[in-house]
Amino acid sequence: MAQQSGMVEKRGAGLWLTHAFMILGVLVIFFPIWLAFVASTVTQPEIVQPPMPLWPGDQFIENYTAALFSGVNVPVATMLFNSLVMAVGIAVGKIIISLLSAFAIVYFRFPFRSTFFWMIFLTLMLPVEVRIVPTFEVVAGFGMLNSYSGLIFPLIASATATFLFRQFFLTIPDELAEAARVDGARPMRFFIDIVVPMSRTNIAALFVILFIYGWNQYLWPLLITTDPEMNTIVMGIKQMFPSGDDVAEWPVIMATSILAMIPPVIVVVSMQRLFVRGLVDSEK
Amino acid sequence: MEKRVTFRGWMLPLLLIAPQVLISAVFFFYPAGQAIWQSLFIPDPFGLSARFVGLGNFEFLLGDKFYRAAFLTTAVFSILVTVCSMVPALFLAVLADRLIKGSGVYRTMLIWPYAVAPAVAGVLWLFMFNTRVGVISWYLGQLGYDWNHVLNGGEAMGLVVVASAWGRISYNFLFFFAALQSVPRSVIEAAAIDGAHFWRRFFTIVLPLITPTAFFLLVVNVVYAFFETFGVIHTITAGGPQQSTTILVYKVFADGFVGQDLGSSSAQSVILLFVVGLLTVIQFKYIEKRVHY
Repeated sequence: MAQQSGMVEKRGAGLWLTHAFMILGVLVIFFPIWLAFVASTVTQPEIVQPPMPLWPGDQFIENYTAALFSGVNVPVATMLFNSLVMAVGIAVGKIIISLLSAFAIVYFRFPFRSTFFWMIFLTLMLPVEVRIVPTFEVVAGFGMLNSYSGLIFPLIASATATFLFRQFFLTIPDELAEAARVDGARPMRFFIDIVVPMSRTNIAALFVILFIYGWNQYLWPLLITTDPEMNTIVMGIKQMFPSGDDVAEWPVIMATSILAMIPPVIVVVSMQRLFVRGLVDSEK
Repeated sequence: MEKRVTFRGWMLPLLLIAPQVLISAVFFFYPAGQAIWQSLFIPDPFGLSARFVGLGNFEFLLGDKFYRAAFLTTAVFSILVTVCSMVPALFLAVLADRLIKGSGVYRTMLIWPYAVAPAVAGVLWLFMFNTRVGVISWYLGQLGYDWNHVLNGGEAMGLVVVASAWGRISYNFLFFFAALQSVPRSVIEAAAIDGAHFWRRFFTIVLPLITPTAFFLLVVNVVYAFFETFGVIHTITAGGPQQSTTILVYKVFADGFVGQDLGSSSAQSVILLFVVGLLTVIQFKYIEKRVHY
């Protein structure tokens, strides 16, 4: 990333100062995660007698085993699985329907084309949070409460992904479509053999963003999964806090918090380049 | 922009676009329509019938001091979240931009919080400031400051702001860093040769050049504070104490699902629809500008 001009970059003491500030910034930003990790490796008495230690203890295996296989209301392993299904379902579903609709909008002229286009565009403006009660009623009406389809479908229509693919398809040279037509290839052959393979970087970048979007959903699963067996991990953590005066089981809750952030963190850090690209693209 | 080469037929494209249109219709347009429709009625306590009240729900809301308080709370909250997430991000990005080596490592580490869900971030910050076991609240106590966000509205607001801004620092950092890297080095070097020191260069050259990015982030962060911080507020304060952290989106939820006041909740949804519409228009106006820039 950095360029090798070197004239205006800091050297000597200034350079060390810059590094020092940077490290300080990283430490401050990391502190909440570090503390959660420490809390997930110590015993309950060590936490309820403040101040808690700032260095990990030896209860790592015990706490994580307790969280994964018994949890508080439901084993965390179950919630992890539900989150995985929801996140992958939303990401894959959005990508598929957006690829198809963008292909239709770019490569065909058909009745109501611009009506549909504007219809999709308008969904940009309607976050779930502002229409929760009626959407909840629709999903309840379909009998989709406590189901994966209820978790996935209402969040699947995305104008962003459709626009992104539309933008990209418009940059595919016309010669390719022309050649395909001359060769007598049907539109779907062209779509599968040319368009989809050419979009694979966009698809991957979008997958990273959408996976995190799906994984981190909170309000929607909170409303429609009343059965603990269907809880996702992000909304399930809050359910682990006792109501009333009971003391929360902090080590297990904190182990669950760490488990809840591992999959999205792995996705973001390991696919950093795609992630940054996806971010920039999807906000344009 | 349109393609010159297109395929013939209209059955296939309709079939291709059908899934998205169907899902949008069922889960977006119908519920939005319902929200508008329900906002014109007051249901009876048993939900069996509803009385048409026209714009009565809206009139009531605009006169309601709790609703007006939620508006004010939302404004304060969004401004604070935006400032607290953009200023540190810009500072860190400026530092990272000055480094020839190692900025990649810092970037990797700073990305982490972005992946943490707002609701999980809420739990992490709640843990640090918990009145019984929190480490930071304990040390504050040692310094003689009695932290209690459960009773003190100002402290509750501070906590939800910091917890909401935390993950956004990563996001803003990435955009600021990319913007800073794209500022032409030759311009900065020319200024350096003319004797402008670092801060002078920053305020007269770099900052104006990254203004488009800053403005874009401003809008995006306000949208975030409005609509995506529900998880933070629900986990940390549940809107309390005395509604001091009840933002508009939280009130739609609290009135609709907890209070079962469907008419009012729908009317609030409709008002929020206008707010979202306005923010989207601002966003697009700006993006148009950026394209022509």
